[in-house]
Amino acid sequence: MKIESITIQNGFGRDGQKDNFKEIKLNMCNIISIVGPTGSGKTTFINDIALFADKNTPSGRRILINNEIPSDEFMNNPSCNPISYITQHTNFLSDLSVKAFLETHIKIRNSGAIDIIMEKTLDFANQITGEPIIIWSKMTELSGGQTRALLIADAVIIGNSPIILLDEIENAGINRTKALELLRNYEKIFIFVTHDPRITLLSDYRLIMKKGAISKIIITSEEEKKAVQKISIVDDLLLELRNLLRSGEKISEKFITEQIQTI
Amino acid sequence: MKVVICAGPPTSGKTTVIKQVISRLQKKNINPCYLKIDVLFADEDLIISQEFRIPARKVYSQDLCPDHCNVIVLGDAIQWGEDIGSDIIIIETAGLCLRCSPYIENSLGIVVLEATSGMNLPRKIGPMLSLADVAVVTKIDLISQAEREVFRANIMEAASVSIIETDALHGINIDHIIRIIDRMDSYSAPSLLRGNPPVGTCTICVGKKEIGKEAHFGVLRPLESDIFYRGE
Ligand SMILES: Nc1nc2c(ncn2[C@@H]2O[C@H](COP(=O)(O)OP(=O)(O)OP(=O)(O)O)[C@@H](O)[C@H]2O)c(=O)[nH]1
Ligand SMILES: Nc1ncnc2c1ncn2[C@@H]1O[C@H](COP(=O)(O)OP(=O)(O)OP(=O)(O)O)[C@@H](O)[C@H]1O
Ligand SMILES: [Mg+2]
Ligand SMILES: [Mg+2]
Repeated sequence: MKIESITIQNGFGRDGQKDNFKEIKLNMCNIISIVGPTGSGKTTFINDIALFADKNTPSGRRILINNEIPSDEFMNNPSCNPISYITQHTNFLSDLSVKAFLETHIKIRNSGAIDIIMEKTLDFANQITGEPIIIWSKMTELSGGQTRALLIADAVIIGNSPIILLDEIENAGINRTKALELLRNYEKIFIFVTHDPRITLLSDYRLIMKKGAISKIIITSEEEKKAVQKISIVDDLLLELRNLLRSGEKISEKFITEQIQTI
Repeated sequence: MKVVICAGPPTSGKTTVIKQVISRLQKKNINPCYLKIDVLFADEDLIISQEFRIPARKVYSQDLCPDHCNVIVLGDAIQWGEDIGSDIIIIETAGLCLRCSPYIENSLGIVVLEATSGMNLPRKIGPMLSLADVAVVTKIDLISQAEREVFRANIMEAASVSIIETDALHGINIDHIIRIIDRMDSYSAPSLLRGNPPVGTCTICVGKKEIGKEAHFGVLRPLESDIFYRGE
């Protein structure tokens, strides 16, 4: 089945206030961000999407795929699921090795030749994590960052779904710039939950959450799109500093002042 | 009356799921009653009768094998539900040794498994899973989508049951269970256990300590030949 759009029909926040929209429709290649303070309901919002909520979750929202109520097949058969969801979790509970786990998931998702897909997945993960993942390690032995990197790679390569949900991709110290760059090669609907200004302004529009409900929808203006480039410069400086410190270098006030001046 | 029997390892979320089911049944004006069968301690009867104002009770198997206790008590339990005029009795069992299964014919058998319990669990619990009608996987809010899908595949490999994944704290997907309950048939006697219990040496269970086949009855076996039966 070809996925063309996903629609979110409004529901309620924690104190019963209504989402500030009737319907949001996302078409192929749309990118949106969900932003808001911690605890404002961002994860709950994309959970609704991942679960194909049908007024049966605490928020009362409803999800349509191609303007229709999604078939049970989407939930019951992972190889038909049009959604890949990178949850906020930074640990695995599975007692399997990375290899065994990925193999099984490739089979379930029916994503193609096992060896090739596995290699692609690990390659993707290792580009955004610090120390490479060893396929013989147990999933539970991976670090927080490695886990996150593997989850993102798994969702994109093995999940290979037209709709991708990402809950705080910037978490756990993975290489976020690289991750975004890799993701941009794919034509999909992306829904980011994020606290990161750069990711937020990269999207077509952003939903602002408050007390469990969407309080505002803001379309990214041309002005803001221009500002992203400037933000990226500041952001890259911070990332560079982080890398220097992580690799054991020292920094000085002079160095920072110079860097800021070149900006 | 309909009969639902709900089994699963300790703390897998049986009570949490049942509470969500009860609240939805009540909204449809269906009157449930509840029984917990446990080994040494349970407080669900109080919790459920207070929260939902429905008849709820418990029974301890104590020194009796809990699976054995379950089989013996079920007859009276169903009678109790009929007598008080309930539309449905929900029985939560615990302490199973994993060789028995508590499910009977003419009822709905639900096994509750937690998604956080390790990928091999479905292979380890035998008839508790394979003889159930529905496997409810709880705590999906605590794991990634990838792990959820692999866990589901491991269940499907071990048994042909319907699978319902839930975050039971928030009642996610519980309406799928309600749909199955809506469609199920009412109980009719007689009803037998679905599985064959493991061969038991129940004279020992009840405390006969002497060794040697001469001291026992039921299913016995000598060292040199196959099992045989002595008794009525
Ligand atoms: N996060 C999360 N916690 C859950 C879920 N379901 C149950 N729990 C929690 O798991 C714990 C055990 O749940 P119970 O429902 O008491 O488990 P049980 O199977 O009835 O346990 P026993 O009757 O004692 O064997 C409780 O703290 C529940 O709140 C779920 O879907 N998600
Ligand atoms: N629409 C809603 N109706 C009822 N409860 C809600 C709703 N939205 C969120 N909640 C509850 O609010 C709490 C916090 O929500 P959530 O975890 O989604 O926040 P978050 O924005 O993802 O936070 P963080 O940034 O810390 O990850 C949860 O317990 C959730 O169940
Ligand atoms: Mg969150
Ligand atoms: Mg319980």
